[in-house]
Amino acid sequence: MAECHPVGFQWVMEAKARGATIIHVDPRFTRTSAVADLHVSLRAGSDIAMLGGLVNYVLSNELDFRDYVVPYTNAAAIVGEDFRDTEDLAGLFSGYDAASGSYDSTSWQYEGVQESAPAAGQRDPSQPGVPDSSDAGAGGADDELAHDASRSEAAGSGGPSVPHKPQRDETLQHPRCVYQILKRHFARYTPEMVQQVCGIPVEQFLAVAKAITANSGRDKTTAFCYAVGWTHHASGVQLIRTASILQLLLGNIGRPGGGILALRGHASIQGSTDIPTLYNILPGYIPMPHAAQHQGLAEFVAADAGKTGYWGNMPAYATSLLKSWWGDAATADNDYCFDYLPRLTGDHGTYTTVMDQIDGKVKGYFLVGENPAVGSANGKMQRLGLANLDWLVVRDLVMIESATFWKDGPEVQTGEMRADEVGTEIFFLPAAAHTEKSGSFTNTQRMLQWHHKAVEPPGDATSDLSFYYHLGQRIRAKLEGSTDPMDRPLLDLTWDYPEEGAEREPSADAVLREVNGTGPEGSALSAYTELKDDGSTRCGCWIYCGAYADEVNQAARRKPGQEQSWVAPEWGWAWPANRRILYNRASADPDGKPWSERKAYVWWDADNGTWTGHDVPDFIPDRAPDHVPQQGASGPDAIGGQDPFIMQTDGKAWLYAPTGLADGPMPAHYEPPESPVGNPLYAQQNNPARESYPRRENPLNPSQSAVFPYVFTTYRLTEHHTAGGMSRTLAYLSELQPEFFCEVSAALAEERGLTHLGWATITTARNAIEARVLVTDRMRPLRVADRVIHQVGLPYHWGGSGLTTGDSPNDLVNVTLDPNVHIQDKVGTCDIQPGRRPRGAALPRHVEDYRRRAGGTALPIGDQPSEPAGAQAGDQAGDQAGVQEGRRR
Amino acid sequence: MPKPVTKPVTKPESRKGGADERQAGMSRQQLSGPLHDVSTDAGYAAPPPRMGFFTDTSICIGCKACEVACKEWNGVPDDGLTLTGMSYDNTAALGADTWRHVAFVEQPTAPPAAAPATDLGMPGFGPPDPQGGLEADAGVRWLMSSDVCKHCTHAACLDVCPTGALFRTEFGTVVVQPDVCNGCGYCVPACPYGVIDQRKEDGRVFKCTLCYDRLSVGEEPACAKACPTDSIQFGELDELRERAERRVEDLHSRGVDVARLYGQDPEDGVGGDGAFFLLLDEPEVYGLPPDPVVTTRDLPDIWRHVGKAAIGLLGVGAATFLGRRR
Repeated sequence: MAECHPVGFQWVMEAKARGATIIHVDPRFTRTSAVADLHVSLRAGSDIAMLGGLVNYVLSNELDFRDYVVPYTNAAAIVGEDFRDTEDLAGLFSGYDAASGSYDSTSWQYEGVQESAPAAGQRDPSQPGVPDSSDAGAGGADDELAHDASRSEAAGSGGPSVPHKPQRDETLQHPRCVYQILKRHFARYTPEMVQQVCGIPVEQFLAVAKAITANSGRDKTTAFCYAVGWTHHASGVQLIRTASILQLLLGNIGRPGGGILALRGHASIQGSTDIPTLYNILPGYIPMPHAAQHQGLAEFVAADAGKTGYWGNMPAYATSLLKSWWGDAATADNDYCFDYLPRLTGDHGTYTTVMDQIDGKVKGYFLVGENPAVGSANGKMQRLGLANLDWLVVRDLVMIESATFWKDGPEVQTGEMRADEVGTEIFFLPAAAHTEKSGSFTNTQRMLQWHHKAVEPPGDATSDLSFYYHLGQRIRAKLEGSTDPMDRPLLDLTWDYPEEGAEREPSADAVLREVNGTGPEGSALSAYTELKDDGSTRCGCWIYCGAYADEVNQAARRKPGQEQSWVAPEWGWAWPANRRILYNRASADPDGKPWSERKAYVWWDADNGTWTGHDVPDFIPDRAPDHVPQQGASGPDAIGGQDPFIMQTDGKAWLYAPTGLADGPMPAHYEPPESPVGNPLYAQQNNPARESYPRRENPLNPSQSAVFPYVFTTYRLTEHHTAGGMSRTLAYLSELQPEFFCEVSAALAEERGLTHLGWATITTARNAIEARVLVTDRMRPLRVADRVIHQVGLPYHWGGSGLTTGDSPNDLVNVTLDPNVHIQDKVGTCDIQPGRRPRGAALPRHVEDYRRRAGGTALPIGDQPSEPAGAQAGDQAGDQAGVQEGRRR
Repeated sequence: MPKPVTKPVTKPESRKGGADERQAGMSRQQLSGPLHDVSTDAGYAAPPPRMGFFTDTSICIGCKACEVACKEWNGVPDDGLTLTGMSYDNTAALGADTWRHVAFVEQPTAPPAAAPATDLGMPGFGPPDPQGGLEADAGVRWLMSSDVCKHCTHAACLDVCPTGALFRTEFGTVVVQPDVCNGCGYCVPACPYGVIDQRKEDGRVFKCTLCYDRLSVGEEPACAKACPTDSIQFGELDELRERAERRVEDLHSRGVDVARLYGQDPEDGVGGDGAFFLLLDEPEVYGLPPDPVVTTRDLPDIWRHVGKAAIGLLGVGAATFLGRRR
């Protein structure tokens, strides 16, 4: 966090000054480790085993916060008899279909739930009653629907639907209650197993376990912060789930000093998820309608309308969004222009799109502030895709590699790409930096903070808002008078922001007001509870409703901390409803009293019959703690007085996800797609539901190959910004980290003959890169199982342009994706050898030679049950020969 | 913040150690020893309080924002793009083009018993021990520290400057005036910390000004402004010294026995630094001299001895002639 989020890290340092214990878990020793009380090094890609070990420690020692867990989570819920755990099926959950590589979650449900209930099935193509197109074959680009199955985001922010009241056993003794299932599931994640998988010494693991359990409960809370070190894995979603389970068991959710903070990869990535740049959700986590399933608005919202919890108001959120976009043209008679919305036909994620570019299915592309030629997994695949377009628009501050790859990219140097054969017409349009435009950033705490333009953008640079606004104006001018129904969505758009200045900059303030929403009289709304489904309200993003309350830009508030309460509600504005901690009903006990005086946050004021406290209560203001909803109640009416998780249909936090996840109701450790070891936990080596792309550009290293014996992981340095466009062009930053380097331990350096400040060539089945070598004590070999694992650290900021240039580690990363959110796995295996990499055509031959020696084809190796160590001896000896051969070169 | 104070054209008469003077007030300009009111000593009438830096390295996270902010504000050129291999430190040292420098001290931490008693913990940049790192108790420590001009109470650079390019500001800081500097370079060897440096292509010397221009309008220096963790604290030196003492006590009470202050002591060889530090090890570990002494400390003695020698020589000469006469 100090390394990648130094400004946010000031608060960690302040917490430390107040006595907090800081534990840092990371394969490498970073600037965070330097000031942490304890640094725990582990094998990259083994985090679920580590966190699962903590879950097991809590459960097997009964250290869970029972008074919190029983009423506020689904620990007591009874799961159906059909469910089978990884314990029973050698690492698989019930419902797995090997042919499609996907799960049917029917058997994961609570007892007595009929899976054919439309609420859960509507959005889930793999569920009964929905056409299944999985016959296109496993892993291919055409089987999106199979992998769409159970997409968590498909159900919107409330998560998927379950019946409001599953059967519960509050003694937690029922063998099929979630608590007991969880206990059995994690029982094998012992400290010894953690050592075997992660390389964390038992004593060190126990020190962590004791620290966080001792620091949780009525009087104390523990917070987790994570970044892409957790998310960028083929089991990334389940990794976060494991942390969620742990935090819920310890009672650290919805309470001050608790929570799980996602430190985002860029400024305002939270904002670009809330008002998404993602293909599969609409603003406010409303799911994108599906072409085959959602013919009309009523059908679209039916899955949620009438459901229990606040997500039950989705008709109001969706209708207000349509009214915001299409204004007076959206009427009840035309379904509020629901037909104007684009429709999903499958997975249109980034990597699918790139492969579709290579396959000639995508003709044009906008790159806005993104440099995939350097910053995305399998850089060669990215560049091949960009080279096969008709046109490409690049908007960035500087000329980045994604705009110049056609003339100076790595493939041009190897002869695999010729400038005169690349047909892509590239339009580079300079963009304004954040200091050169007004707008808001939304940070990880869902807080909007406004920034005002400080200087005019240089030259022709314009803000993205200006670019899209004027592009829209021009397109609409061209279409004016058109009678083609296809053009109506554009012509009917509300596209009328006030313009400012000579450059006709549209007002960002007006956009925020539009996002906030307006009522029947045209004045700004104050809260999303005011939204209606009758077309009388407009709102561009329901969760942002209130950001412009009282006609004031609430995000621009900057009242100093010392002039207000410690919750600081008048600094910026946090969604929803300026609430700083979500689900804060859980900061009070079931009776509505604070768990302790020290941790008092929101509580029930019985005298006045209302919830009150330091923050905006995340609960129905007058709902008493002892309230029991009537049978058949829907929407917010169905929320009981002890149901803090008001967006969930059952009001409880889920330790076990009976539906909604593509790869299991509980997390399980699987090895990364490329791993030097067999999975010590299960016979199942990899996440069985992972999305594999067996393509020529994307070969995988064979599992446990001695040709690729080392683990590599990519990461950032404080001195540079992501793919380098904002830092490698600046002398003051470039001089601080002037060359691409790899970090290795002294032991690995000796094993491979690497010298400090010398060169090294790092090779995978995809590509080979070269880097200067830093031999450092901060990289440590790990004892994993019966062997020593070496890790190679690769900061990923470099590319071919700028003041400091170098090879791009993302050229080494394979594309194997998490099935829930389609994110890549940043961990892989590699070889490292001293010296510079081959030049020109010799480079692809070098990589091909490695592939041949590894025995791999261009296709990924399928799942291999891990074998006992003895059984592998023969294979390893064979691979060892390959290594020696490599050394002789 | 103090208001800007005009630099007096003529120096006032030497002050008497009087009733309204604080105890350290001295009757003449000194070259060494404790000196409370450095600005008045330099001739300012009613100067603002002495300002300085307290750099608490125990909370430095090595982000180098101070280095960048300094360069941005002061227009300092880049210092060359060279990978040094010294941990994450590619700036290497303070110099004419680096006025803030973050040191990264990367060392294996051995069990206490194994550490030789004489180990000064000097920063080592060679390859680590290939056998190290596998045992559970084998770790590494990574100390970070943002170094800067110390703005000494007794600044030898200023004392030796023949042109008056280096001067004491009303805030008690030491600043080079680039339009006066003639590039003689006398100040470079005079600095006991090796801070002040000549720009090769230019000849003149450059160093931290403690953002004299920002101070003059009531702003804090750029580095302190940019520091995310408040490792670099700017303020009145007296208050900073008190704050630092409290911080050390706090760290000691929490078992961080290694915490110590560096450069805060008016009794030290430079009369105390205007920019002082909280360190977590011996100064040598951070590349700082353990006992800096103002290089002009002995000038009076030297002149006295030279004078005596001259008088003696004169006497001998005179005696020779006188003797002859006899």
